[in-house]
Amino acid sequence: MDTRTIIIKRAVQEIQNGMNVNLGIGMPTLIANEIPSEVHVLLQSENGLLGIGPYPVEGMEDPDLINAGKETVTAVIGGSFFDSAESFAMIRGGHIDLAILGGMEVSEQGDLANWMIPGKMVKGMGGAMDLVHGAKRIVVIMEHTNKYNESKIKKSCTLPLTGQKVVHRLITDLAVFDFTPEGMILLETQEGVTIDEVIEKTEASFTISANLTSDNGYVQKAPITT
Amino acid sequence: MSIINNIIKILKIKLIMQGVKILTGQGKIITDFNEAIQDIQDGATIIVGGFGLSGIPEYLILALREKGTKDLTIVSNNCGVDDWGLGLLLANKQIKKMVASYVGENKIFEKQFLSGELEVELVPQGTLAERIRAGGAGIPGFYTPTGVGTPIAEGKEHRLFNGRTHILEEGIVGDFAFVKAWKGDPLGNLVFRKTARNFNPLAATAGRITIAEVEHMVEVGALDSDEIHTPGIYVQRILEGKNYVKRIERRTVMRT
Repeated sequence: MDTRTIIIKRAVQEIQNGMNVNLGIGMPTLIANEIPSEVHVLLQSENGLLGIGPYPVEGMEDPDLINAGKETVTAVIGGSFFDSAESFAMIRGGHIDLAILGGMEVSEQGDLANWMIPGKMVKGMGGAMDLVHGAKRIVVIMEHTNKYNESKIKKSCTLPLTGQKVVHRLITDLAVFDFTPEGMILLETQEGVTIDEVIEKTEASFTISANLTSDNGYVQKAPITT
Repeated sequence: MSIINNIIKILKIKLIMQGVKILTGQGKIITDFNEAIQDIQDGATIIVGGFGLSGIPEYLILALREKGTKDLTIVSNNCGVDDWGLGLLLANKQIKKMVASYVGENKIFEKQFLSGELEVELVPQGTLAERIRAGGAGIPGFYTPTGVGTPIAEGKEHRLFNGRTHILEEGIVGDFAFVKAWKGDPLGNLVFRKTARNFNPLAATAGRITIAEVEHMVEVGALDSDEIHTPGIYVQRILEGKNYVKRIERRTVMRT
């Protein structure tokens, strides 16, 4: 399985029946296709739709019906349209249960940076800064390392922040971490990944969940705290 | 006989006065897009509806491009693409300052920004929506948690509410607002369609002069009063456009 598939298949498990969910542009949007048919949720699009449906059948694309990534979509029966102030009232007012966003960097305190690389890429933050302060639960998905094999999980973010201490859970192609007042905790490793590999490839400090024992078949050589 | 006629006359007048009053148009309809924008001067601030290319006021933008008005401050979620929507004004160097939340679709934008030709204020989308809504609603400032601890909070007043830090943001009012709607009537009442709604209702309230272009101009009374999205009070000028391009930015279809 390629890294994206590993991440997406784990991320979809965060979506529970009955939730109102916002999926960020990029990789998170792909999660929609993986939601099992028995899990009924409403997908919110920040540009004014609650109830995003599948992509339209070819020939049925409607320029008045797009998602936050400006892709043509459909709306589910029972969905609703509203304006942008209403949309962000929904988001900021804590009515969205779960937001899944992409990340460029996440820090061990749960800071997120995902909107700007100074001097190189300044596309803008869109709705991300509102989402990280509004949704009840923030899950970030991203590859564990960048193209230079450097850890994207930092002691402190080097890039401009989207939000401070906003991330609840981080899912990468190697591991799953939670962020608590006591710090970052390694909850799970992806299949075939050892705890040592995670420790080696992660700049940030974290503790290891008591549930992650040698029962999982992963041999832990390093001490509990890194 | 004449007494009976007079009584009938009086009864008729009473019925008319008690009956439903149908408003006539208030002189808001304009037929020429150039006429609609003729008083926009260099340096004006214009709030423009639309998200991506959805719900953009195509003809007003084209007319403004043709007019060539420059040094504009444009407040809009995005800046179109290089060759359509607000990107047309950008390419024609008419925009001095852009207030937006996401400009990634536009190569010309990045070029003009990195070279210093274009002043940019990047505003989180929710904050932008609320700033425009607040401007039109007479709320000069409001507090939001969005952006705390990030570069956009710099220089802004911070305040605690329920133990959580918030920053002060100000309402936005434009000299003009360009709005695109699906249906409109001579009173300026507007109805929007699907996700083409987005920033348009907010922009409508926040322009000192709001100009709305609609796909279908209907007669007064054709829009159910319960279903009007934007009451006509906010709209000063209204025009009907024909043959909207309605370009699609990303055509995605179901994989068969």
